[in-house]
Amino acid sequence: MTWNIDTIVISVLLGILFVTIGARVAKNATDGVPGGFQNFVESILEFVQTQVKDSFPGHNPLIAPMALTIFVWVWLMNFMDLIPVDLLPVIGSWLGIHYLKVVPTTDLNAPMAMALTVFLLSLYFNLKVKGPVGYLKMFLFHPFGKFAMPANIVMTAIEELAKPLSLGLRLFGNMFAGELVFLLIALLGGAAALGAGMLIWFPLQVVLDMGWLLFHILVITLQAFIFMVLTIVYLGMAHTADH
Amino acid sequence: MNITVTLFAQMIAFGLLIWFVNKVMWGPLSGIMEARQKRIADGLAAAEKGKHEEELAKKKALELIKEAKDQAAEVVAQGQKRASEIVDEAKETARAEAERIVTAANAEIEREVNQAKEALRAQVASIAVAGAEKVLKREIDAKAHAALLNELAAEI
Repeated sequence: MTWNIDTIVISVLLGILFVTIGARVAKNATDGVPGGFQNFVESILEFVQTQVKDSFPGHNPLIAPMALTIFVWVWLMNFMDLIPVDLLPVIGSWLGIHYLKVVPTTDLNAPMAMALTVFLLSLYFNLKVKGPVGYLKMFLFHPFGKFAMPANIVMTAIEELAKPLSLGLRLFGNMFAGELVFLLIALLGGAAALGAGMLIWFPLQVVLDMGWLLFHILVITLQAFIFMVLTIVYLGMAHTADH
Repeated sequence: MNITVTLFAQMIAFGLLIWFVNKVMWGPLSGIMEARQKRIADGLAAAEKGKHEEELAKKKALELIKEAKDQAAEVVAQGQKRASEIVDEAKETARAEAERIVTAANAEIEREVNQAKEALRAQVASIAVAGAEKVLKREIDAKAHAALLNELAAEI
């Protein structure tokens, strides 16, 4: 049993941050003219609501808050990637923590936990909306019709299992690779720590780091967005009775 | 990078976070946003209604003004008619009064003339009788010749 305390603590802290700020905005919110920060939060809410409306058939009060949670939480966890790679681990080592992984989404457990939760929810809604028989029929008669039942079972099972796997691994892969690039860029300066080489490698590190940082802002937002949209889509597929 | 028991901790954290977000943020905020949407919609509807009512009121005001003008014209016409009637009536009354006064005056004049004539007649008769008395001295009996004298007086 290995507990990745760093992942758990950081992700929970970010979650608490999110909920605290959200609760404060909700508490001070008016239905009149919204102030600056309320406006910002409301625009995020509206954005998520639009996504849910566009790609989710029917109505389920769980979907929208879940999509919002995924979007903001994943974004916050990804955002940890933008903090200089060695900063928090060094501060941690001063405090006696000798191993610190700052970005929870680069730990496979965090993305897979969300993907698995989404998978279990979609399983639940599949059984609830289609019924056990309807769900079984989906495995038997899809995608090739009733004369290719064995192939259908294999195909649908792969399809269903690929959903959570690709969902979790996509986020993990992107964030892990991004973090790795940051580490490599950070090593540029370190590799030539002494001597005249610094004159070349240090400015290069600064420029590359900034470039990757700017690019990575897009990546973390995009990954959070994709995770959210795919969650909505998968749960939406679970809610449609006829496949 | 291995799947560990952390996975389950993260799942629980994820579930709890969804619950919290729904309870303290999504629920209240989306309620507020819905309330605002409703308020805006109500405001727009009210504005639309107000505009419509203003139009109606304008139309009604124009109608009322027209009616009032018509009524005023009618009243003026009636007044003029009544005024001319009154004038005519007054003229008629004045004419009748004048006629009456003239008639009364004529009657008075005639009466007085007659009175004067009567008085003169009586006097003439008495003068004649006195003259005749003086002329004829006692020859004439006033009582015996009264009829004759009266006849004479009437002829005067």
